[in-house]
Amino acid sequence: MRLNTTVNGEARQVDDVWEGESLLYVLRERMGLPGSKNACEQGECGSCTVYLDGVTVCACLVAAGQAEGRDVRTIEGLAGLAGGTDLDPIQQAFIDAGAVQCGFCTPGLIVAAHELLARRPDPQVAEIREALAGNLCRCTGYQQILEAVQAAARARQAGPA
Amino acid sequence: MEFLRPASWPEALAAKAEQPSAAPLAGGTDLMVELNFDRRRPEALLDLNSIGELAGWATDGDQLVLGATLPYARVIVELGDRLPGLAMAARTIGSPQIRNRASIGGNLGSASPAGDCHPVLLALNATVEVASARGSRLIGVDEFYLGPKRSALAPDELIRAVRIPAGTGPCQFAKVGTRNAMVIAVCSFAIALHPAAGSVRTGIGSAAPTPVRAADAESFLAGELASGGQWESRGELDPTVAARFGELVARAAAPIDDVRGTARYRRHALAVLARRTLTWAWQEYRTCA
Repeated sequence: MRLNTTVNGEARQVDDVWEGESLLYVLRERMGLPGSKNACEQGECGSCTVYLDGVTVCACLVAAGQAEGRDVRTIEGLAGLAGGTDLDPIQQAFIDAGAVQCGFCTPGLIVAAHELLARRPDPQVAEIREALAGNLCRCTGYQQILEAVQAAARARQAGPA
Repeated sequence: MEFLRPASWPEALAAKAEQPSAAPLAGGTDLMVELNFDRRRPEALLDLNSIGELAGWATDGDQLVLGATLPYARVIVELGDRLPGLAMAARTIGSPQIRNRASIGGNLGSASPAGDCHPVLLALNATVEVASARGSRLIGVDEFYLGPKRSALAPDELIRAVRIPAGTGPCQFAKVGTRNAMVIAVCSFAIALHPAAGSVRTGIGSAAPTPVRAADAESFLAGELASGGQWESRGELDPTVAARFGELVARAAAPIDDVRGTARYRRHALAVLARRTLTWAWQEYRTCA
């Protein structure tokens, strides 16, 4: 089937999409957007977290056809959202805090944290843990990730440098 | 495989009548897993996300009517005050990403004995509104669950909504799992006190082939509360009554040993959950006079 959807602000059309495949497969294998990671394929790990019409979802659990006519934003579309080409504060904070080891969970964590900060600009630690509860990291032990989210919150509140 | 995208409820019913094997798809948190792992290849997917009325909720007299695809994230935010027990169960489901997609209609359609909303629906005496091209009918939640992943839904029927009597009394829910998020229940329990009717209702999850009520525990507790005049006095609950209630709940379960826990552990945990949730619910009843 043919799929029309908007991804990172750009109208995209892809053909020969199998009806049973996931949005994640379409993004990675048909649109050349491998940032969203394919790990568990059952919604357990959060590595494929993207925005669908502004709501965070596991792209592996969205059927491709359910994205028809809708707005998708992936990790590739976060930088420069506020204008320019700069990394989003949460992306920069992950780099600065060393919140990345193998990096596989990072895109999903960044999208989930991005959504949290848009909703709660100054989250408590418990709120951060709750918001990131669906994103598994097997390397870091999460401490640097929590620090990165707190640092990003401070950076966002301070405004662009 | 076909991808069917009905734009309205009548269109969805017509599509399901024509192709009863079409798999209803909303949040995809169960069905897409089966597709991703090649466990299921339905002839067609019937996407219900374009039907706006299914994703909302409304009041109808003294009932709350929750559309089948209303995501749990909205149940928590929008109905947490009116349906605190259901919101409590909803908060334990999956993760934020899962709660943004998963819905009561999906929980019911899957009819897994471990589904987190089932014990609350049993305790609140919910009614499932289903429909087909032949017409619509109401199924009491007590009659809905028939076996593991089997329900009273006919092949050509779709779940439209769940009707829940609102504001009948305190409702509490508790669940045992290995962590606080992303966990399937080892066992779960819900209790609702219905002071106006002088009754108590319960729901046990993940400890029998279907979600079940603990009928003996319910009638024991209702009897104790009535004979002690406690609905009126709102006096303290006798700890031995709470303990006996827990024992009767454990006895009502029919658990098995599996990867998540043993039958023995489940019975023990259910007795604890039942005693605790009763204590919380009674405390709530005493203080919200």
